[in-house]
Amino acid sequence: MIASDFSTVLPEVFLSLYAMLALVVFVYSGKDKHAALSIWLTSGVFLLLAAIIGLSSAPDTTSFNGMFVDDNFARFAKVVILLSAATVLVMGQDYAAKHDMLKFEYPLLVALSVVGMMVMVSAGSLLTLYMGLELQSLALYVIAAFRRDSAKSTEAGLKYFVLGALSSGLLLYGASLVYGFAGTVEFAGIMQATQGGDLSMGLLLGLVFVISGMAFKVSAAPFHMWAPDVYEGAPTPVTAFFATAPKMAAMGLFARVVHDAFGGVIGEWQQVVAVLSVVSMFLGAVAAIGQGDIKRLMAYSSIAHMGFALMGLASGTAFGVQAMMVYMAIYVTMNIGMFAFILTMERDGRPVSDIASLHMYSQKEPLKALCVAALMFSMAGVPPLVGFFGKFYVLRAAYEANMAWLAVAGVVASVIGAFYYIRIVYFMYFGEAGEPLDANPVHRLHIILVISAALMIAGTFFSLFGIETLAQIAADSLAN
Amino acid sequence: MGIAELAFYAFSMSTLIGGIFTVVSRNPVHSVLWLILAFLSAAGLFVLLGAEFVAMLLIIVYVGAVAVLFLFVVMMLDVDFAELKAEMAKYLPLGLLIGVIVLMQLMFAFGVWDYSTGYEGRLAAEIGTGTNTAELGAIIYDDYILIFQLSGLILLVAMIGAIVLTLRHRVDIKRQDVVAQMMRDPAKAMELKDVKPGQGL
Repeated sequence: MIASDFSTVLPEVFLSLYAMLALVVFVYSGKDKHAALSIWLTSGVFLLLAAIIGLSSAPDTTSFNGMFVDDNFARFAKVVILLSAATVLVMGQDYAAKHDMLKFEYPLLVALSVVGMMVMVSAGSLLTLYMGLELQSLALYVIAAFRRDSAKSTEAGLKYFVLGALSSGLLLYGASLVYGFAGTVEFAGIMQATQGGDLSMGLLLGLVFVISGMAFKVSAAPFHMWAPDVYEGAPTPVTAFFATAPKMAAMGLFARVVHDAFGGVIGEWQQVVAVLSVVSMFLGAVAAIGQGDIKRLMAYSSIAHMGFALMGLASGTAFGVQAMMVYMAIYVTMNIGMFAFILTMERDGRPVSDIASLHMYSQKEPLKALCVAALMFSMAGVPPLVGFFGKFYVLRAAYEANMAWLAVAGVVASVIGAFYYIRIVYFMYFGEAGEPLDANPVHRLHIILVISAALMIAGTFFSLFGIETLAQIAADSLAN
Repeated sequence: MGIAELAFYAFSMSTLIGGIFTVVSRNPVHSVLWLILAFLSAAGLFVLLGAEFVAMLLIIVYVGAVAVLFLFVVMMLDVDFAELKAEMAKYLPLGLLIGVIVLMQLMFAFGVWDYSTGYEGRLAAEIGTGTNTAELGAIIYDDYILIFQLSGLILLVAMIGAIVLTLRHRVDIKRQDVVAQMMRDPAKAMELKDVKPGQGL
């Protein structure tokens, strides 16, 4: 029994062992001298694991007495997490080298946080959920404050830590209520307890608290207040990481809890998730308009995007989960491209994140400006680009679940949100002449930016590269 | 009244007294000492429940490590507790109000609060007949091995984080070089000079 249990957590065990082994090896072999190597190595391990998990065709299994679930849903989420983490790590290397951040611990902390994320999307009980969540969050708090001599980075780390602890408290309180009233922490047991729509008062209260805690982690409004400050203050490679892999993990966890544990009482959580979704979409769309800092803008943009992803979840159907997974995959790809661009933004060798510095960018770098424009239009959800299909999917899911009002709200919020995306494009092409940005010589970032933008355009012609089918298989294994 | 009841009331009383005085004492060092009393009495209550392992844990971990750490922090940091308390007093009415509202809501809801049907069947199985320690070990290292290992990883991350964020390698200080010390030749280490009286070097 132990051997078969063990085989389901093999990728997680491998990654943890790699992190621990690499830690020891690097400590005894010149510490930060090989930091660049540790980044590439970790990234390679992520890619290897993504390939192993992606190509495995193991049947859906639960192990450790139902505490760990290995199914198509978890595998889909894990592949997205690993691929995005690998890309983001490589993207940040030059920034790290330039800004005194190139320490061998950085990629290893990212690796440990990825272990946490992998556990999160595979959680089969409230205990596993909390352990995974805490493992990823603790590593994220540390890397948010990684530039420890920068006041902003330290502030971001501290803020994230304190508010993250608060959200953990909410989640744990909810979990304790659920445990107390259902008599078990296992999702299968909770499912049994809520059979036939029998949701006791205590369970409902617990569910609401658990949802609040998770909404905090996906930075859905009204639990979003940490996101702008943390995004702005954290070093840009770390912000890029925050905006991609952890979001996917937290979304996966969200879907798992509401469908695996509370799948019998969809009506009860549907309204809560729908409200979170509407508030996030509108807050993200409206609050981003006044932002002058592109990292803050991306924070509000991610809040709005989380609102859309939650809309898919709020529909409460397998199609809704599929829509959410498609949306998240597209969101992660767009954000990787966008942050690759933000990492190239420098003036006189110092990073700038001012939107005003993009004025007339197209004259200097026509190709990059075109790529950014494609990404921006995709984020806004303008039709021929892939971002549109992501939005279309979640809107359809909401509409088919008889939540037309939610879909209408989504369309309105998306139109409001389009303003600030297109404004950046306007600045780049028709802005007033200003001080230009440096020509950044890091080819890696340019390649990633171009690939990401190309995917956003090409995806339309190649039916989203078959991600729909994969998401459908994933969703079917979750919401059955 | 048997000896067990007597012990129960004694421990409960001292737990309560310890708790109250932790909050109300003016001197923070006294607060910590009262806290230790509360921990010790709670450990006594655990022994009465037959949970001797938890009692030991409470004394070793909480009294032995956490409370002593508190004591050091309180004594070493120059925190103006009087000011903190004044701050607290300012928000006390608001806090009390929220507390009362939450309590009333809980009371309203109390009537319909009930366990889910059939929760008895889902509860964890009764533990065996061995000692607490043996049974806990069996559960932690067997049924919950995954969770146990994950918490280990969390502690590892905390350790790495603490080191990464605080350790500074200073180059401008002298470090001990053990090999150099051992290889040192006493004959060459010191040079004797015979200084004649009345003359300088």
